[in-house]
Amino acid sequence: MDYELIVIGGGPAGLAAAYAAWEKGLRRILILERDRELGGILNQCIHNGFGLHRFKEELTGPEYAGRYIEMLKATGVEAKTDTMVLQITQDKCVSFLNPIDGYRTVRAGAVILAMGCRERTRGAISIPGARCSGIFTAGTAQRFLNIEGYLVGKRVVILGSGDIGLIMARRMTLEGAKVLACVELMPYSGGLNRNIVQCLRDYDIPLYLSHTVTDIVGKQRLERVTISAVDADRRPIPGTEQSFDCDTLLLSVGLVPENELSRQMDVEMDRRTNGPVVYENMETGVEGVFACGNVVHVHDLVDFVSEESSRAGEAAARYILEGETAKEPLLTVENGSAVSYTVPQRIRPAGVDRNVKLFFRVNRVFGKAVILVRSGETQIACFKREHMAPGEMESVILPKTMLPQGGVLTVSAEEVEA
Amino acid sequence: MKELICIVCPRGCHLRVDEEEDYRVTGNSCPRGAEYGKNELLHPVRVLTSTVRLEGSAFRRCPVKTRQPIAKELMLRAAKTLDAVTVTAPVRCGDVVLSDLLGTGVDVVATKDFPKTER
Repeated sequence: MDYELIVIGGGPAGLAAAYAAWEKGLRRILILERDRELGGILNQCIHNGFGLHRFKEELTGPEYAGRYIEMLKATGVEAKTDTMVLQITQDKCVSFLNPIDGYRTVRAGAVILAMGCRERTRGAISIPGARCSGIFTAGTAQRFLNIEGYLVGKRVVILGSGDIGLIMARRMTLEGAKVLACVELMPYSGGLNRNIVQCLRDYDIPLYLSHTVTDIVGKQRLERVTISAVDADRRPIPGTEQSFDCDTLLLSVGLVPENELSRQMDVEMDRRTNGPVVYENMETGVEGVFACGNVVHVHDLVDFVSEESSRAGEAAARYILEGETAKEPLLTVENGSAVSYTVPQRIRPAGVDRNVKLFFRVNRVFGKAVILVRSGETQIACFKREHMAPGEMESVILPKTMLPQGGVLTVSAEEVEA
Repeated sequence: MKELICIVCPRGCHLRVDEEEDYRVTGNSCPRGAEYGKNELLHPVRVLTSTVRLEGSAFRRCPVKTRQPIAKELMLRAAKTLDAVTVTAPVRCGDVVLSDLLGTGVDVVATKDFPKTER
């Protein structure tokens, strides 16, 4: 065995996982990172608002990554950047490629998958119209602007109201571009409320809910975008078209966990999250292979990525130092009404320390509501919420004593009469 | 009575601020929300984040932020001011890249380390 633990990806998830594993006693840890530096997406998220939970202060993305990079410098964790992992096998042989080592295969005792996610593109949502230049995913435009120093356009329409799109609306405005509209297919925003306020309203950028792009015109470069209102079934309504003369269309239409390596090694996947099915300690269906962060499910806040990834790192250390978790009894977690997924999907009470944190998203907007956890037909917990939306990840904490010894747990959300 | 969404943290509390009653804030979950609600009606402020030109590094841009929030109406002018700023590696997170931005008394600081390297 060359390493006790190999972490695939040096973004916020990989950094937190490696650090936690070191703290729990592992000494031969390797991080493999595709980019030229550690920190992942945080490096291009130069805005602030990170770290309020984790560090109790408001940091920018690079500052948040910098904290973890500093913490890791004080450990013996090894990191290889500019390194592309090509394959991971079920017996934990990791093959990678970089300019220094060339092609190498190393064997690990445990593996943590922390590859993050990538953006959905124009092809994924099939927008009609010309195939001209000037159409970017919001994150690509963000990288061009914040890392390379190029403003990708001057008159901008944004499709989708995900957080990256909202952040880019403000960022491009501050750099002198005119953002004409932010267009959202759903009747509610996909981003955090605070970003609607501080990125759109602060700069008088109109948000068109229940609208979508129905035509794109441009010979070489984008010249005009047409949007239309959509009906309850999200079909464009003829006669509602309006056009914007613009040179740039940014897409902020969702993120997809990047699981090519996971699929290649036959890790069991969850069709709801597009990520691996995980147990309470972030272990996947392959023993000794763990997963954390956006590769498991797309988070809104990096603080929760760090927390989840610390648990994965600790669990990997426990696996190496103490052996595997008892497989029985086993609880399965399922969607109840208005819930679109849960993480973890499975709970082994033997692996739970004191409590288990269940993350999930609701599939519509709620006012006053309750989250109900049932074991079979029996309600075992009820949590109150003032407001819930699909754009904001929810979580509940279940104490170990409350967990039944097997069967199915159902998480559902229900409106409360005012 | 004015209704606001708090932007202090991702929780996004729905605030109500009463101008008649010394800007009393309700609906907040923490003291920072009360402060935000009052400030937002009297003199709204924001932290500005941007980048400045970077020399002496493999990277071209150094991310920066205002150390304290500045008046909201200064944001566009402040961002423009940063266009003329260049820093040279090595840069340490927290280094002042521009002091007293637009006479506000607020410094602009680097938010990332850059060792000196070849491009």
